[in-house]
Amino acid sequence: MTTIKLKIDGHTIEVEKGTTILEAAKKINVKIPTLCHHEDLCVAGNCRVCVVEVKNRHRLEASCAVPAEEGMDILTNSAKVRNARKDIVSLLVSEHNTQCTTCYRNTNCELQDLAAEYNVDGNRFLSVLKPNLSIDKSSWSIEKDDSKCIRCQRCVRTCAELQHVNALTAANKGHEMKIATFMDLPFNEVVCTNCGQCVNRCPTGALTERRYFDQVWEAIGDPNKHVVMNTAPSVRVALGEMLGYEVGTRVTGKMVTAMRKMGVDSVLDTDFTADLTIIEEGNELLTRLKKVVKDGDKSIKLPMITSCSPGWVKFIEHMFPNHLGHLSTCKSPQQMFGALAKTYYAEKKGIDPKDIVSVAIMPCAAKKYEANRPEMNSSGYRDIDAGLTTREFGLMIKQAGLDFKNLEDTAFDSIMGESTGAGVIFGATGGVMEAALRTAYAVVTGRKVPFENLNITPVRGTDGIRAASIKIEGCLPEWNFLEGVELNVAVAHGLKNARVIMDEIAAGKSKYHFIEIMACPGGCIGGGGQPIPTNAEIRAKRTKAIYEEDMGKPIRMSHENPEITQIYEEFLGEPLGHKSHDLLHTHYQKRHRH
Amino acid sequence: MLEISEIIQEKVAEHGRERKALLPILQSIVNLKNYIADKDMVQIAEALDISAADVYGTASFYSFLETEEKGKYVIRVCKSITCEMKGKHCVLKALEDTLKVKLGETTHDGLFSLEQANCLGLCDVGPAMLINEQPYTKLTPDSVHEIITEYRNKVK
Repeated sequence: MTTIKLKIDGHTIEVEKGTTILEAAKKINVKIPTLCHHEDLCVAGNCRVCVVEVKNRHRLEASCAVPAEEGMDILTNSAKVRNARKDIVSLLVSEHNTQCTTCYRNTNCELQDLAAEYNVDGNRFLSVLKPNLSIDKSSWSIEKDDSKCIRCQRCVRTCAELQHVNALTAANKGHEMKIATFMDLPFNEVVCTNCGQCVNRCPTGALTERRYFDQVWEAIGDPNKHVVMNTAPSVRVALGEMLGYEVGTRVTGKMVTAMRKMGVDSVLDTDFTADLTIIEEGNELLTRLKKVVKDGDKSIKLPMITSCSPGWVKFIEHMFPNHLGHLSTCKSPQQMFGALAKTYYAEKKGIDPKDIVSVAIMPCAAKKYEANRPEMNSSGYRDIDAGLTTREFGLMIKQAGLDFKNLEDTAFDSIMGESTGAGVIFGATGGVMEAALRTAYAVVTGRKVPFENLNITPVRGTDGIRAASIKIEGCLPEWNFLEGVELNVAVAHGLKNARVIMDEIAAGKSKYHFIEIMACPGGCIGGGGQPIPTNAEIRAKRTKAIYEEDMGKPIRMSHENPEITQIYEEFLGEPLGHKSHDLLHTHYQKRHRH
Repeated sequence: MLEISEIIQEKVAEHGRERKALLPILQSIVNLKNYIADKDMVQIAEALDISAADVYGTASFYSFLETEEKGKYVIRVCKSITCEMKGKHCVLKALEDTLKVKLGETTHDGLFSLEQANCLGLCDVGPAMLINEQPYTKLTPDSVHEIITEYRNKVK
């Protein structure tokens, strides 16, 4: 390792060659403001907010893009630097729709913060905001408001580098340059997967999720409506960030209490249907394996791939439309919940399903699209009436005026509120795989999966693609065709990695039997509906919290959830049975690639 | 007439199924029919395994790669400051008068599109314009009328 020495604000520091000035400054806790820079993305160097003065150089350097050099003497806060930054921020503001009070990102906007920090006064530059810019509200998931765009291209880089979707591009040039889709078509007509990763990284309010919370408040306030809320596993480990807690704090009990105090009629858990997904999906996998291994059925597609992540589902529909047979037919936990809320739950509670409003609180932007898919009405009604993000829900708690930190911890209502640790870990990449293996192994062998404390560590972690194999030994008689089979599984997160997996499958070279794919980096804990900002450190803390929540659960295998046993006895009959087929499984459609 | 798919095939054979084949493909299509249609971009994206938005982003960046249908003759008047000082404004006015279109529009007969371009590098002989690839220099309102009449006669 070659190191170099340089001075930053008078402090000498030694760093590895190739380190940027920005990274070097961070090491000694010197904060340089940034805007287009994002840790998850490649260097862009286009906003110039991070400029610093290098002694004996005439021009200022963008610290995010310039590598530190031996002997550099850098000033990060000289008058020249401050003036330049103030001008740069002022120029950005002059092109920006500064109606901050009407903006969803008000008080959580990087441009607003910088404008405040550099005390940008109104008359510095004339406003050159383009008139008549319209907001694209065509998508069920994402809104795009060009009047707030500062053209930093974080969204373009996110869509390209993390997701390999490239739905967004920088079109035209010079002052006419804008962030656009193909031919500037509305979002709902292009290849966008609705993952919302661009929303998570947008420094301003240019890209936001479409909001539905006002309709939810309407429903809560309507005495004739019975509002049922279900919350995804990763919401409880991230919601606290919006309400004054440290990143990685679990707020499950307070979240439940908050919902009740807001007036929600029944506070239930998506983790319950996560457990149910494991039963259905696990059985689907075992059935596929049986047909392939025992019956030699060539029409059955392996590997089977999970279908919980709606961003991933839309991705495969667009990008690999000829390989949809690999997707599990299981609906996501959200949609299973919706279908059951208006059938099983309605029946048990004696409520007319037309009066039930089912609301899902999700870490996700794509869940909104999923809830609105036309086929998602197997209960005879819209299975899910509204999908909200963690951010929207955090805002609702603030709107309700609740003193969140001082709320007591309470438990979810019943029925459909009981869950296991296996349901909880759905929120982190590798979690669905781990939950499925815990149950599948137990079903096939009658024994617990051979990992300490049921923690299947090989499928955990942050590598984009992780593979593991488990040898199945000591099968129960009915599964003896699996005796000695080496079950190959893989986990991928981020659509960039999904593409690698799919390219292998398309080439006929995949060695796997079962694959978990999540659209977002880190899985749902890094979802497009989670609190902003996001980075690797934040995602790691949320993941840690998910596994802590799992360890704290008395039951940690989905098939041992008593409410799951109950629902099969009372309502569904058997896994993959007739009712399951109608309510819990779905189909997919081919889509175009532009 | 060459099909778009043939152009793509030819350029992919030359440059490989890579992004670097994109500009040659776009240029060839513009040479062939003056502009690149939406469906051409989709076809190119599929052929190169890149996104259609990417193709659109590239095509829209270059003034000489049109993404909308243009007239048979695309007139590009230089908008640089030198041509401006040498009377570009009057030239543009004369073009608008004789063509009966505004800047950015195409004549009803589909013959001419009137556009502006960044510096054409003809500052010493400005005001200058291009009609397709043919440069015209030291323009005056009179010479503009003559040039346009010449083109009109050509197609008669």
